[in-house]
Amino acid sequence: MAQIRIENLRKDFGSFTAVRSSSFTVEDGEFFMLLGPSGCGKTTTLRMMAGLELPTSGSIHIGGEEVGMKPASQRDIAFVFQMFALYPHMNVGRNIAYPLISQGMPRAEARKKVAEVARILGIEGLLDRPVGGLSGGDRQRVALGRAIVRRPKAFLMDEPLGALDAEFREHMAEELRALHDRMGATTVYVTHDQLEAMQMGDKIVVMNHGVVEQFGVPQQIYDWPATRFVAAFIGSPPMNFLDFEGAVHEGQDRVELGTAAIAVPRLLEGARGALTLGVRPEHVRLDDAAPFRGEVIATEYLGTTQIVTLDTAFGRVRARRPSAEPVRPGARTGLDFDARTLSVFNATTGRALVSDANREVLAHG
Amino acid sequence: MSFSVTAPSPAARWIAGLLVALYAIVTLLPLAWIIATGFKSPADAIAYPPKVLFEPSLEGYVNLFTTRTRIAEADFAALPPPGTWYEEIVRDQGMVIAGPSRYGERFLNSVIIGFGSTALCMVLGTAAAYAFSRFRVPLKDDLMFFILSTRMMPPIAVAIPIFLMFRQIGLNDTHLGMILLYTAVNLSLSVWLLKGFIDEIPVEYEEAALIDGYTRFQAFRKVVLPQAATGIASTAIFCLIFAWNEYAFAVLLTSGTAQTAPPFIPTIIGTGGKDWPAVAAGATIFLVPVMVFTILLRKHLLRGITFGAVRK
Repeated sequence: MAQIRIENLRKDFGSFTAVRSSSFTVEDGEFFMLLGPSGCGKTTTLRMMAGLELPTSGSIHIGGEEVGMKPASQRDIAFVFQMFALYPHMNVGRNIAYPLISQGMPRAEARKKVAEVARILGIEGLLDRPVGGLSGGDRQRVALGRAIVRRPKAFLMDEPLGALDAEFREHMAEELRALHDRMGATTVYVTHDQLEAMQMGDKIVVMNHGVVEQFGVPQQIYDWPATRFVAAFIGSPPMNFLDFEGAVHEGQDRVELGTAAIAVPRLLEGARGALTLGVRPEHVRLDDAAPFRGEVIATEYLGTTQIVTLDTAFGRVRARRPSAEPVRPGARTGLDFDARTLSVFNATTGRALVSDANREVLAHG
Repeated sequence: MSFSVTAPSPAARWIAGLLVALYAIVTLLPLAWIIATGFKSPADAIAYPPKVLFEPSLEGYVNLFTTRTRIAEADFAALPPPGTWYEEIVRDQGMVIAGPSRYGERFLNSVIIGFGSTALCMVLGTAAAYAFSRFRVPLKDDLMFFILSTRMMPPIAVAIPIFLMFRQIGLNDTHLGMILLYTAVNLSLSVWLLKGFIDEIPVEYEEAALIDGYTRFQAFRKVVLPQAATGIASTAIFCLIFAWNEYAFAVLLTSGTAQTAPPFIPTIIGTGGKDWPAVAAGATIFLVPVMVFTILLRKHLLRGITFGAVRK
């Protein structure tokens, strides 16, 4: 097992830049999520770690060793593909044994290791079966078996649950996480599903347009997004954005939305021009006495909570409220925000302004 | 486009079956006639009206493999009785065996040149197709079109330049020359067909093998080749059929050492009168290798022809 360090990684395909200047570190034994929309460069980053693509510039260290230009076969990592990539002309047992045979391990020893892995994954009964007839979940287990049998330095997984149906996904995600915890293997996992990333990951990197937007533990990223993009990409429904023109200066702890003054964490930097106030739906309270006004236009019942959509002078706001709270579409009401949880963004750059609350999170992001 | 998937009605099945049977009769009848003629006596072969029922004879096959000569009647009468069954057949015609014919050699030439060019074509074609399918080749599309364009004219259109070239560099009437020529003609088809097959093999299989510790070449040999077997087999059949049946170049470029069976078979008519049973026997034997090859690979061929027709 090993630490993986990425420094200033860049990849160009002709005139298209897939990844520009990415840097982050995956600690030994971590379950690490590479999260982003499709085309953001997360898969390219993973493939560069694996050696399936060579970086245009920058370096990749696995276990302290620079491997950026080494072929995949010499990196001692395992890769799980979205479509599993089980060799169709071999049965389950031979598929799992394949990486061992390539290292020249004697057949008897390889067979013992395969049996051991099959027991861990609960697929002992399948070893003589052809891979063609397996269910999606069993294929996934065989692919995992092929990955873990060699005890590599790290596991790289490219949307490994993407090909499974939703019901089974949940189950497989748990299984995967449990397997990781038992083996303590450094794992890098690519996904575009923010829920999956939050559920499974020890740490998350959010990428967009080939750039690392933020890097940290799930809760930090959820609570204190470094950019508007991260704030919008993570959370369901996503963070609300209230756009306003104005100026804030260092030390200020409120912003003016029209006539309403809204308390925010004390800002440590100033900005002027187009600004955005960000607030998570669960931090909106409906309070008739509050000066910031809105009109309820819809409610969505979700069991224990409901999502209330309101129109305000500064844009649409969605609030997550207990289902018991009586809300009527068409009603005008005041909105009150939990001051300790708000973020202010510079709308031009998309960056969050540093405040007392997010200072620590943004310092290493 | 939409396709109906209802089962065909019984009437439609009958009509379809009838059409297939009719087509089979139309294509198989000449073949059956040739095979039958091979077992007729020369008189039966040219009898009018044609004979469907006849007394089978191996005269055609014996004549195909031997050269015969007439000798003076006194000498003929003084000969000891024939020692073998084929000697007896020749004696019945009033002749004696002078030696073996050249059919065996010509047939062997066909085998060497046909299978040799097919094998070479598969090696080069698979390598080129793999490269075009997997790597960033500069001017890929132009090169692929150029390769295709070599097949846009009938190959025989360049027969004269090839003849002159071959004569100049000493490839005339050599096995190597014919193998190179048939390989060159077949290569464009092979590259295009094989590229299609290799394109369909997900690249992840090789990547998985690369990560599992194999080199690029090992991944190609152990993962890509087994999966491309269908494509390679069906392409090989197409190549072999062309090289095996090719007549025009063979007539033009071979005469002695490297002559293949197709130009040889008609010359039988010139040497021993119009010996149709011998010609038919030669044609029948000539059919066998391609038939065997095709039957051996038929499972692949069928899958190959319908390849890509069904979205997976």
